[in-house]
Amino acid sequence: MIYMLAVFAPLAGALVAGLLGRWIGDRAAMAASVLGMAVAAVCGPLAWAMLEWGGAPAGSMRIATWIQAGSFHVHWALRYDALSAVMVAMVGFVSMLIHVYSVGYMAHDSYRRYRFFAYLSLFTFAMLMLVTANNLLQLFFGWEGVGLCSYLLIGYWYDRPAACAAAIKAFVVNRIGDLAFAIGVAMLFLTFGSIGFTTIFAHLAQHQTERYHILGGSIRVYELIAILLFIGAMGKSAQLFLHVWLPDAMEGPTPVSALIHAATMVTAGVFLVARMSPLFDQAPAAMTLVAVIGGSTAFFAATIGCVQNDIKRVIAYSTCSQLGYMFLGEGVGAYPASIFHLLTHAFFKALLFLCAGSVIHAMSDEQDMRKMGGLWRKIPITYVTMWAGSLALGGVFPFAGYYSKDAILEAALAAHSAVGDYGFVMGILAAIMTGFYSWRLLLMTFHGKPRGDHHAMAHAHESPWVMTVPLMVLALGALSAGFLLHGIVLGPHWQYFWRGTLVIAPGNQVMTAMDQLPSWAYVVPSIAGLAGIAVAYWFYWWNPMLPVRLASQFRPVYLFLLNKWYFDELYDALFVRPAFALGKLLWQTGDETIIDGVPNGLADLAVDGSRGAVKIQTGSIAVYAFTMLIGLVVLVGIFLIWG
Amino acid sequence: MAPTFFFYLFSIVLVLCAAMVVSSRNPVHSVLFLIGAFFNAAGLFLIAGAEFLAFILVIVYVGAVAVLFLFVVMMLDVDFEQLRSGLQRYLPVGIAVGVLLLAELVSVLVGWHVHPAATAVRFAPAPAGVSNTVALGELIYTKYVLLFQAAGLVLLVAMIGAIVLTLRDRRSSRHQRIAVQNARVPKETVELRTMALGAGVPVADILRPKVTEPDGIDDDPLEAAHHGGHHPADAHHAPEGR
Amino acid sequence: MAGTMPVGVGHFLVVSAILLVLGVFGIFLNRKNIIIIMMSIELILLAVNLNLVAFSGALGDLTGQVMAMFVLTVAAAEAAIGLAIVVVYFRNRGSIQVEDVNLMKG
Repeated sequence: MIYMLAVFAPLAGALVAGLLGRWIGDRAAMAASVLGMAVAAVCGPLAWAMLEWGGAPAGSMRIATWIQAGSFHVHWALRYDALSAVMVAMVGFVSMLIHVYSVGYMAHDSYRRYRFFAYLSLFTFAMLMLVTANNLLQLFFGWEGVGLCSYLLIGYWYDRPAACAAAIKAFVVNRIGDLAFAIGVAMLFLTFGSIGFTTIFAHLAQHQTERYHILGGSIRVYELIAILLFIGAMGKSAQLFLHVWLPDAMEGPTPVSALIHAATMVTAGVFLVARMSPLFDQAPAAMTLVAVIGGSTAFFAATIGCVQNDIKRVIAYSTCSQLGYMFLGEGVGAYPASIFHLLTHAFFKALLFLCAGSVIHAMSDEQDMRKMGGLWRKIPITYVTMWAGSLALGGVFPFAGYYSKDAILEAALAAHSAVGDYGFVMGILAAIMTGFYSWRLLLMTFHGKPRGDHHAMAHAHESPWVMTVPLMVLALGALSAGFLLHGIVLGPHWQYFWRGTLVIAPGNQVMTAMDQLPSWAYVVPSIAGLAGIAVAYWFYWWNPMLPVRLASQFRPVYLFLLNKWYFDELYDALFVRPAFALGKLLWQTGDETIIDGVPNGLADLAVDGSRGAVKIQTGSIAVYAFTMLIGLVVLVGIFLIWG
Repeated sequence: MAPTFFFYLFSIVLVLCAAMVVSSRNPVHSVLFLIGAFFNAAGLFLIAGAEFLAFILVIVYVGAVAVLFLFVVMMLDVDFEQLRSGLQRYLPVGIAVGVLLLAELVSVLVGWHVHPAATAVRFAPAPAGVSNTVALGELIYTKYVLLFQAAGLVLLVAMIGAIVLTLRDRRSSRHQRIAVQNARVPKETVELRTMALGAGVPVADILRPKVTEPDGIDDDPLEAAHHGGHHPADAHHAPEGR
Repeated sequence: MAGTMPVGVGHFLVVSAILLVLGVFGIFLNRKNIIIIMMSIELILLAVNLNLVAFSGALGDLTGQVMAMFVLTVAAAEAAIGLAIVVVYFRNRGSIQVEDVNLMKG
């Protein structure tokens, strides 16, 4: 019951704010939305606590029948198990904090605010449906729902062309992943006859050796399904190749970035792989792919984040990189570590985004870090909380990132495979760069001589308490969550915590091997992080001219990183322009000329024919009389001769 | 013998008159020849035994239709000189078609003879002992009464149609407006004035005022529409006889 | 009078045919004067009436005469309306040339 309340309260808030917002006014709509989220924020952790420590039984709560078509049965049901409950708790809590923050952040917005809150609550509801889904179709419903809300929220300021384009880009790129996802689901149905998790996981052993034979080769069914599902996850979680939408999504308001592109939507892909962990365990090739993509993304995104000038983009690429970490962890089989990192990441990444929003708010909507500086005295609370988030992100002991990120790196090494080692190296490099760009951000934004606009600097003030209190709460979480939870989530009794929702193949001993690595393996990640921080200080505190000189000396490299490895340009040339050209061809030649030509041509034929036929109408009565007479004579003649 | 002679007489004159109708130069002559044709046709009807129809032909066709033709011909002031041009162009084709039609008709109709048993299927046999008119009367008002009514309606519609088409209200004609007359109040008509001794009518300013037509009563919608129909090509638009 | 006629029906029919052809001829020939065309139409109708009456006399059936009477009625009505139209047309256009009546030209 509490669980259902946690899931549906945001929906109620969204409906009230969205449908009635025009009449009850912005304040009432905001209150309704925040109230719904507060209920969820209370009920979510409560339900989780009841499951973990209160002895509540796991299971699924059926709500309604959805589809019954032949042998295809799908129902609306909430799955109440460890993975879902912990996700519900996290989503509800973080979302509630962001709702409260938005009350302050959107206070001076030009649009009616009830729309924003309705979308935000609706998004939360969709995410909760995703994580509590008991079957893949409901998960897909949540999947698409968060995609839709992401589109609505990125394009919230719909009078900005950049925002509209970014929203469409996000949706389209997600769609590409969704196609693979849908095919994977269809294959699951074909193989198992059902798409409910319980059924699938129960029958996993039966179809282990089945193979598909296509194009002369053959591939195991589970491999193919897992790869397809992972491609869907790649789209949703902005992994390499399908990452292009995430930086552009920063066009949306900052709370949106915090909620959707840090804590919840982008983690849906990670969640999916974790949820399907029994399946993935049976598909080692897919796991390899996951790990390789994850590690590569972690490295790739971190390189770009090092040179970005927009404060939100740095954090966006940081998100991308951290998601790569999570997939790396899943790829080697350490699902608990990945989910743990997901949870901690939600806290400190949302915190970082909200702090960035606070800075932007203080600087009167300035987002370029080159125009900031010297802010730490003016917005102290934001400064302190941002330090907290950066410490957690950088993996500094004893903050959250230390436990979760290092766990993943240890697991990668503990896998004792080429892929794992590759992931470890990539992860270490990314950790250095994470430290670097995080402190680069801090130093550029808050320290040094003020480089910003004088009016903006004079106007800079701390955010109101509705914005700073969530920051402080999140900072608390970022600082302490790792320390408090790592024992039960990752420790020797991790299986008791997860209660069989995260399944690791029997042959994969990565969770225990994690604790048996050589001692240098536990220290290297921390050293990497601290090294990055040191370099950042060197570049931006002691020697500010150094980055400028490096950028001009290694200009091609700098440009390559600044332009995001030219992925956007590559996709534009490969896909976008040909698509537009094809569309134009089909439109102008196919549709207008050929298809429209048929009815238009027929019409023209009719008109021309009638124009010719109309010449019979001479208007001259004499001609008509003559014609009638001739006709009469001919008729009589016919009757005479043949009648 | 006598009927045959009269038959040939009437038919020859009939054909001659008909030929003159179509080929006469003067349309008034054509109408007169048409009247002649009708008279002879009436004679033929008599020979065929349809006396009533013969009388009707004379009364209606000659007395009404032909006279109507005459009225119209004489009313329309048409320049007849240039009406006959173009005759030569169509004459050969016309004669050819006419001869062809005649040949067809004659070949059909002349070979006609009545079947002996045809008399048994007569729909309305002529009763013996009564005159043709009485017989026709008995037939029309009993068996064909609906047709009779329909014919009456046709005539009514034709009458109304002819009036509607051609009636023009004349603005200058003074006609009684009964409603206005009935609505007149004595106060407006008679006025009592005291006159100075020896004063005349003009001094006292009691001349009868000019009558002004009230607006709208004499508006002729047909006139208005008619004015819209004028074309610049109306070179010889004749005066309409106001 | 039933079934007896002093002259054979064929003779009447020949006369009727000639009248018909003359009327058609008249329509055909007189392109310049609508009134002549209308009179030609009357001739055609007269031919038809003669035909009907001839057969009525030959068969002793009065139906033919009734039909002839109705044809007469309709012919009169049609002549009246036709002439009214001619009059109005002449008022508007000032000419009764058949060739000028081509407003319905497509």
